[in-house]
Amino acid sequence: MKNLEDLKKQIKDALPELDVVIGWSDSFDPLHATPHFIRREADIDKLKVDALCVHNLATYLPSLKGKKVGIVVKGCDSRSVVELLQENLIKREDVTIFGFGCNGVVDQTKIRRAVGDVGQVETCEVSETEVKLTVAGKEHKLPMADVIADKCQTCRYPNAVVSDQFIGDEIKATASFEDGYKDLEEFEAKSTEEKFSFWLGEMDRCIRCYACRNACPMCVCRDHCVAQSRDPHWLSQEAHVRDKWMFQVIHAYHLAGRCTECGECQRACPVDIPILLFKKKFNKEIKEVFNYEAGLDPEAKPPLQTFKIDEPTIKEKEW
Amino acid sequence: MPVLEGKELRIVGFLCNWCSYGGADTAGVGRFTQPTDLRVIKVPCSGRIDPLFIVKTLMSGADGVLVSGCHPNDCHYAEGNFYARRRLEMLKRFIPMLGIDPDRFDYTWVSASEGQRWQEVVTKFTEQIHKLGPAQKIEGPEAEETLKLMEASL
Repeated sequence: MKNLEDLKKQIKDALPELDVVIGWSDSFDPLHATPHFIRREADIDKLKVDALCVHNLATYLPSLKGKKVGIVVKGCDSRSVVELLQENLIKREDVTIFGFGCNGVVDQTKIRRAVGDVGQVETCEVSETEVKLTVAGKEHKLPMADVIADKCQTCRYPNAVVSDQFIGDEIKATASFEDGYKDLEEFEAKSTEEKFSFWLGEMDRCIRCYACRNACPMCVCRDHCVAQSRDPHWLSQEAHVRDKWMFQVIHAYHLAGRCTECGECQRACPVDIPILLFKKKFNKEIKEVFNYEAGLDPEAKPPLQTFKIDEPTIKEKEW
Repeated sequence: MPVLEGKELRIVGFLCNWCSYGGADTAGVGRFTQPTDLRVIKVPCSGRIDPLFIVKTLMSGADGVLVSGCHPNDCHYAEGNFYARRRLEMLKRFIPMLGIDPDRFDYTWVSASEGQRWQEVVTKFTEQIHKLGPAQKIEGPEAEETLKLMEASL
């Protein structure tokens, strides 16, 4: 990030008023970044912001409610913050938002596919156009266009939609709403039977690790999640595909009209199940019926929490 | 062997206590002929119906699900069915994504006095499900097999 020094300075100025500032830093190897909790001035030096900083840090905010928290956000992350504000899960006066314009983040799965074994990454340099890494003594140069996450290729909100401090220049978005849903439309073109057996196959691989749920900034029920509740007993503990599939539908439905498509669920999935498709489907339909997108206006009311007496956009079946 | 075996499909109906359940009762009292595939689950209000009930029902092997509540503006709790309408409409648009035919699920409004309408709705919906035939089932260890396994391990 070009303006990293500016960001560090902003954080340094704000830190005395805050309990913690959440950003990213280097992780166990040079290819990954990890969430970084800044509590002292010395921690600021470790801060980094580049295309490896994929985590949506808004996930941590609800559990830090009541504390004064600073947070560094990309465009998509900022929408999650807006959504949390909208649902009163965090208070605006408690959060200090450091926003910036994001050029996109890498998809680790794509890197893994291109490089093969990423067990021993020795060096990794990320520029705006390329990712250069040495793995087990061998150098790989991967053009950014090949390894950027799919969601970033069709990003409509690269700039933080809400921020107290905006660092650097705004980035112009070129994608339209439709661009982001091309993969979904492709999938929808399949026949009913094909879709059914596709999901049976995909969901069979699920290991019920709940990483998708834990990475999701909008999954806020935490200890009361219906997936683990026995009253009501929605899901058995069997590792049956029916339960795993049902869990994903529960996850998707609980996010209808709230999901900001940060893609964390799919990124966190250790077996690469394309679960973002479910959420995209809801978002597309919500946009069509209610002309609403989540995470843009902290004052808006989510469409499924309100109603109109006459619904001009809902066409009911005539018997 | 039951007479209707193979001729009936499994359809589950979620009916609101105040209108549609009464409507179905009216149809019964009026002795209107109806298909017998539908099993009724009475709920306090259509607003009580979590759309996930319907997904769970379909995934557990039902061939169709019908939801019926009070007509909008007639809700016993004033606005339960308004919320239900939005949620159910979203579900209707979502289930094709799962590889389930959207015609396997429908929602409608029937009031307590509309026995005739209930007969019509239930007949048409059952016809619709019969046209689609039995739903694709999610295969797996069924209860009986699980019991056998448990016995074997004892």
